[in-house]
Amino acid sequence: MTASSAHKQNADDKGQLPAKVFAWPGLLRIESLVALAAIIVLCVWSITIDAPLEEPANPAITPNPAKAPWYFLGLQELLVYFDPWIAGVVIPGLCVVGLMAIPYLDVNPKGNGYYTIKRRAFAISTFMFGFLGLWIIPIVIGVFFRGPGWNLFWPWEHWDIHKVVAQNNVNLGSLFGIKNYLAEAVFGSVFLAAWYVVPPLILYRRRYDQSPTLQAMGLTRFVITAFLFQSMMLVPLKIFARLVLHVKYFLVLPWFNV
Amino acid sequence: MMPLLEKEKEEKTELADRIASSQIWRSIFRHGFDDTQRNRVLQMTAGFLLHTRPIKVWTHGIRLRYTWGAGGLTFLMFAVACITGVILMFYYRPVTEYAYADMKYLKFDIPFGMFMRNMHRWSAHAMVLLVLVHMLRVFLTGSYKKPREFNWVIGVCLLTLTLLLSFTGYLLPWDQLSMWAVTVGTNMARATPFLGHEGPFSEFVPFISPRYDARSLLLGGTIVAQGTLLRFYVLHCIVLPIFTIWFVMVHFYRIRKDGGISGPNKALEPPATPIAKETVEGSATPEPAVVKPTAEPKKEGEEPAQEQKQDCKDSEGRPE
Repeated sequence: MTASSAHKQNADDKGQLPAKVFAWPGLLRIESLVALAAIIVLCVWSITIDAPLEEPANPAITPNPAKAPWYFLGLQELLVYFDPWIAGVVIPGLCVVGLMAIPYLDVNPKGNGYYTIKRRAFAISTFMFGFLGLWIIPIVIGVFFRGPGWNLFWPWEHWDIHKVVAQNNVNLGSLFGIKNYLAEAVFGSVFLAAWYVVPPLILYRRRYDQSPTLQAMGLTRFVITAFLFQSMMLVPLKIFARLVLHVKYFLVLPWFNV
Repeated sequence: MMPLLEKEKEEKTELADRIASSQIWRSIFRHGFDDTQRNRVLQMTAGFLLHTRPIKVWTHGIRLRYTWGAGGLTFLMFAVACITGVILMFYYRPVTEYAYADMKYLKFDIPFGMFMRNMHRWSAHAMVLLVLVHMLRVFLTGSYKKPREFNWVIGVCLLTLTLLLSFTGYLLPWDQLSMWAVTVGTNMARATPFLGHEGPFSEFVPFISPRYDARSLLLGGTIVAQGTLLRFYVLHCIVLPIFTIWFVMVHFYRIRKDGGISGPNKALEPPATPIAKETVEGSATPEPAVVKPTAEPKKEGEEPAQEQKQDCKDSEGRPE
């Protein structure tokens, strides 16, 4: 009663594999083997490497750097570029909501149930950009490249706790020579509003007639997709602006800064 | 030599037959080993554990290079974490005076204590990793598409629950690593808009103060202390596992009700440009009505084999 005999039994005249096979042994055999292998790996791992345990918790001694668990280091990394309410609350919230919304926003019926890049180029590239670029890579940076004062260090570099990094960042308005507080706030608001409205609007106006995808999406889906997409792309934009142009905030208001 | 061996073999089969035909055996395992289609169906449906699996599965769906086995392994890691977690609960007390001492006790005094803790820790980390890998696979194969949209939503809930489970467990050893990691993590909650005392617009919500906001709700106080340890312990051992188990059950149930593991079925795909060409080529291409059957739950074992003969490989080759 092996898998091959089961296949033979159900195979059609041309010797092709059938569309469906019995779960036993077809599925259960491979499941048990994979589970067995995984448990062996886990046991060896657990015998050879101990779970970390440091000194007892002491509220009086703050370790430098104090790092979150590795899977949250991407968010902690964003704290460099955004205020905590964005990095810690809005972005993770949008991640969860945006992920949940994917099946209802993606109207492309192709590529359901097999690997393809060609037929869902936008969906795959957007997801991979978010998954690798904004999730995995920040985690890697947070785990391996951040030292005391949350400064960047090479993994082999000595952690100098007195390392000084110039923080000569200015707000976006000041970059353009706007000194007045109110004018700067208006400028920042216009910039952010334009970021969210202009590129999607141009795309929609110019491509709607030729694009069956846009027609199939409809306006509601398009607006939500555009909002989520522009929000996602705001993250690399801010990182770029900070690292290259030394921009601290795009928008400064009495209540919050972006 | 030969006759002796044969005799031994004969005796063994005789013994096996006698056991398999005994009243006790037959009362537990009702259906024998007959390799007939009917008997296989009976084997799968009669027992509790096997009946949770489908009788028949898509051939492409049991290929590791298609599923990567990541979803099943995530569940396996969750199961390992549950079992080792219960054993750890026998020795661990969520009290700031004892928690760290219990860690040392587990390491140095309890037989296999450190092994249990390692298994728990590493299976939890593996679970976080595998749940990400599983999400990547499901996205790359487009398996969230109709009719599996809602199962993807449940999957995102499970991803969140996995992260929360891991995060609440992180505090329990009560060492410097865990206490400060949780301090850093929960510090973000103080910046929650409206509900955190340092968040935007909190000045418009009258009762928000450092003692009463989103962060103090998590911590059970203003700092990571005894209240936090107990809260995280209860969340980690009772609340979050119950939610996770519930969501996992729905997740698995819906896989079957949505037609099993996703797979290529090009007959169900509409033409390349559905709106522009539908009216022109309407008769030549499948109508949306053909898509409907997938949305309905499929009956296991009754699926006509002709409907799904596509291979994963050649689906890429179809001209647009």
